[in-house]
Amino acid sequence: MATMERSKLILFITVLLHFCSSILPSAAAISSGASDGYTINGRVKVEGMGVKGFTLPGKISNAKVILNGGQNVTYLRPDGYFSFHNIPAGTHLIEVAALGFFFSPVRVDVSARNPGKVQAALTENRKGLNELILEPLREEQYYEIREPFSIMNVIKSPMGLMVGFMLIVVFLMPKLMENMDPEEIRRAQEEMRSQGVPSLANLIPGAGRN
Amino acid sequence: MAMAVRVFLLLTLLFLYANFSSALYEDQVGLMDWHQQYIGKVKHAVFHTQRAGRKRVVVSTEENAIASLDLRTGDIFWRHVLGANDAVDGIDIALGKYVITLSSEGSILRAWNLPDGQMVWETFLRGSTSSNSLLSILTNFKMDKENMVLVFGGGCLHAVSSIDGETIWRKELATESFEIRQILQSPESDIIHALGFVGSSKFVTYKIDAKNGELLKHTSTAFPGGFPGELSLVSADTVVALDATRSILVSISFQNGETSFHQTFISDLVADSAGVATILPARLTGIFAMKINSFIVFISVTDEHKLEVVQKITYPAAVSDVLSFSEGQKAFALVQHGGSRIQLVVKLDNDWSTDLLKESIEIDPKKGFVEKVFINNYIRTDRSHGFRALVVMEDHSLLLLQQGDIVWSREDGLASIIDMTTSELPVEKKGVSVAKVEHNLFEWLKGHFLKLKGTLMLASPDDITSIQEMRLKSSEKNKMTRDHNGFRKLLIVLTKAGKLYALHTGDGRVIWSLLLSSLRRSEVCEHPTGLNIYQWQVPHHHAMDENPSVLVVGKCGLGFDAPGVFSFVDSYTGKELDSLSLAHSVAQVITLPFTDSTEQRLHLLIDASNHAHVYPRNLEAVNILERELPNIYWYSVEYQRDIITGHALKGNCILDVEDEYCFNTRELWSIVFPSEAEKIIATATRKLNEVVHTQAKVIADQDVMYKYISRNLLFVATVAPKAAGEIGSATPEESWLVVYLIDTITGRILHRVTHFGSQGPVHAVFSENWVIYHYFNLRAHRYEMSVIEIYDQSRAGNKDVWKLVLGKHNLTSAISSYSRPEVMVKSQTYFFTHSVKTMAVTSTSKGITSKQLLIGTIGDQVLALDKRYLDPRRSPDPTQTEREEGIIPLTDSLPIIPQSYVTHSLKVEGLRGIVTVPAKLESTSLVFAYGVDLFFTRIAPSRTYDSLTEDFSYALLLITIVALIAAIFVTWILSENKELREKWSLTVQ
Repeated sequence: MATMERSKLILFITVLLHFCSSILPSAAAISSGASDGYTINGRVKVEGMGVKGFTLPGKISNAKVILNGGQNVTYLRPDGYFSFHNIPAGTHLIEVAALGFFFSPVRVDVSARNPGKVQAALTENRKGLNELILEPLREEQYYEIREPFSIMNVIKSPMGLMVGFMLIVVFLMPKLMENMDPEEIRRAQEEMRSQGVPSLANLIPGAGRN
Repeated sequence: MAMAVRVFLLLTLLFLYANFSSALYEDQVGLMDWHQQYIGKVKHAVFHTQRAGRKRVVVSTEENAIASLDLRTGDIFWRHVLGANDAVDGIDIALGKYVITLSSEGSILRAWNLPDGQMVWETFLRGSTSSNSLLSILTNFKMDKENMVLVFGGGCLHAVSSIDGETIWRKELATESFEIRQILQSPESDIIHALGFVGSSKFVTYKIDAKNGELLKHTSTAFPGGFPGELSLVSADTVVALDATRSILVSISFQNGETSFHQTFISDLVADSAGVATILPARLTGIFAMKINSFIVFISVTDEHKLEVVQKITYPAAVSDVLSFSEGQKAFALVQHGGSRIQLVVKLDNDWSTDLLKESIEIDPKKGFVEKVFINNYIRTDRSHGFRALVVMEDHSLLLLQQGDIVWSREDGLASIIDMTTSELPVEKKGVSVAKVEHNLFEWLKGHFLKLKGTLMLASPDDITSIQEMRLKSSEKNKMTRDHNGFRKLLIVLTKAGKLYALHTGDGRVIWSLLLSSLRRSEVCEHPTGLNIYQWQVPHHHAMDENPSVLVVGKCGLGFDAPGVFSFVDSYTGKELDSLSLAHSVAQVITLPFTDSTEQRLHLLIDASNHAHVYPRNLEAVNILERELPNIYWYSVEYQRDIITGHALKGNCILDVEDEYCFNTRELWSIVFPSEAEKIIATATRKLNEVVHTQAKVIADQDVMYKYISRNLLFVATVAPKAAGEIGSATPEESWLVVYLIDTITGRILHRVTHFGSQGPVHAVFSENWVIYHYFNLRAHRYEMSVIEIYDQSRAGNKDVWKLVLGKHNLTSAISSYSRPEVMVKSQTYFFTHSVKTMAVTSTSKGITSKQLLIGTIGDQVLALDKRYLDPRRSPDPTQTEREEGIIPLTDSLPIIPQSYVTHSLKVEGLRGIVTVPAKLESTSLVFAYGVDLFFTRIAPSRTYDSLTEDFSYALLLITIVALIAAIFVTWILSENKELREKWSLTVQ
């Protein structure tokens, strides 16, 4: 049942996507070539490189752009542009593999009927693209970040909790005991003595004798 | 009392949560993982040593990598691994700062910045027909001070500017099957000559103006003998080629547009000329090299087209290209073998008698013969010329030779691993102390205090470096003995070159290596290929003192009916114990779960004619097999014909020659998929050595589900033939993906699902009672992952406690594939963002620990994904009890958490496979990912619940204990005092 509903949802979204992309102006540059293929041109843009404009930050310079899960692989030019050549008409998938960034795959429709027109949409959030400019959805942090030293961390650690618990028992319990009725305490102590519950003093050799 | 229990529980809970995160901290990199970078077997090499500064060599390899290596150390400056179908055809350096590569059969030309490897430009060269490809950089032709790159590919000649990749001119030389073999440039004018063949019978020359591509002259001359295609240029107007029978040498002169042929029989030059002759592509002046039989013959060509043998050397030898090193002087290198030494000779190409350099270098015989040599020159301090040589060996390793010494060597054979297995290390002998590492208690404590400081972020940078050092140095992990946790093992890998390597899991160093004699090219075996590696002997009961050994299976030739070869290798010493040349072919190897009295595992080899052969070849093995004959079943998948067949054994072969180790087989069942509707693209089964802890799965409402666990389940995925190609080649309407679960004993289809509008590639993993597969959904245009879980319904009734007590349950009844299984199948589907290259699942020694899926993504990273995310019982809004059980609310896509990348900030370039091996410690699984790079780590899918983590702070524990003891004494004294005071007060009263 659940799968049924889901497939309906997908269908709905696909329709929506088609609708969105049809009202958008033609997206990324596609130049029709010879009889057999088209060229997809696009650009990878990373925030923070805007100041210099033309050079990519070191991290992204090794990025690969991958078409259809490895059919074609290309690299970025210094200005972030890339192109795939000799691509047949159809619906393709472009992925960007760059360490440290999370890019959404992009669905690119290369139309045979009206060459030069292309539609692109991010598959991850179903956002249509006006131009084939790919931006990372987020940066990826591969390591846990060590939290700076704070006294709370020490207290929260199991050792700290053990010490804390001890302290509570040692210092707060007597306070609680004081508030209790002395008669009751005496009765409880009597009871304990009669049951022979070993007291702390009995545990330490030589201390029990008094 | 109750409160104390509650507090204790709270404490343990918090303790558990403290270790919640399984991800790495940045300073833990390299603690339990290692990463090695390789490039593969070098095809082309270009040196860059002219300028001052870092000297480097740029190489392209058979793994489609291009890399810039440091000439002093062999380290990689930068490296790019191109796509799988983007093989590099040529490589050169232009303008002294760009590396130019030609790839994809001469259609993509790229320029890379030499210092940092950033791509500068990329040009697509559109060809008209397919042809060979050639890259040539015109150095002495300057057009506005830029080098022009001349590319022949796809039947066209392109001239490309090396500065921006703009095409200057393009000349279509398209006649059918035209191939350019050589491009010549006149030193003084702007004229280039292109020489080649049309078909196999015409020799063609083109004379072209380099400025604008204008065709000045074109000749085409037919030669009745025909050409096989090779050609060697001996002077500016003469080339030498072989005729189609490879028995006549044809020297062709093409002076002034007139082509003339002169034929010489090879038998007139070389006495023993029965073999097949090939012309080597070395470009020497006036001389060419030809390989015939086991010789390399150097033949000079005089002006009158007379051929003379200059020298004849025995074959394992290599010749380099010509290097012009000073005014008009050209040199080349020749490498020959003599015992375990190789002799490097550098000669002037026009003067055969003098040697510029003659060195003899000791080389590890395990590296095999020299396959390629590249030379480079440098100027010594006394202003004379020195030469260094880059040598590619038979095992794909790369060596730099200089001044009679090996400057560095790279084991690049490890970039092409075919298969791997593991081996335990020897047991630690008595008398060797484990705790030798820690010198004394003080240092031990100091180390732990430093660690504590590190965890509390109190450490200074100096401290951090010393912590790091201490951790990496902890020689514990690199010892050559078995450890308690089973982390130390040997990874035995088989590479494409036919070499075995044993790597230590501690740091990845090579313990031993062996070039298998059975997988070396020889007279008998022209194309040996390694196939698989198996554990042959794993001594643990009877043969404890013997070393374990592995079996390497290969075949001699490329066809499916090529005869097989065996090698048995000792896993501790790396010595080849035995090797066998089999009389039959190897179509399938089945490891049987039986061993003989010497603990040799029985293997069943199925050959191309469907006979089964048992190994080891002894009577005991045959007896064991005959006893188990009715229990042995297997299946075979024919991808071309879309048929899956089940087989069983049927008694001894009836052959001309008596062979008691050979068995006949019979076909039990077969499933024929309709070839117009379905095409098999992927199969998956459970790993044979997988351990399942329990069949029962307790679910939230105290209910039990029984997993359907069978070793004989096969997952098969088929797609519509139209959709078998790449993404984008089919529309959603004409593509579908059908998934089957098949019992391989009976051929019964247990389950079948159709995904309409989906296509491959399919990657699947099968484990316990579930299978997970990854495919592409064309309607949503996203990748999807589906999970199928199978439960046994026939046992579902065993819930009544009384039934269990009275023994009226069927839990102990035997499971048979022949009984009709009552199964229940649950499945669910999710979106997944990335393309997948390979998938694996973690395996632990007892199978108790929950599983993680290891996904090799298209970005060459390995992502660990909890199986909990792929649980068919996930629902959008799980109930409270389901939540407690650990069921995650349903989301439409699987989460990608960057911290759960097993490879953290590293890449395993060219990732091909992921292998998991259980450690002895139940919580931990060892992971080895290989491709062009190697990566090893160990992961704990449910955290290390059975041991303290590496960074457990003993110091903090000690401090706590001391504090507690101090507190005990203080309170004791206080209570004593109080008691005394009370007693006094009582007395006073």
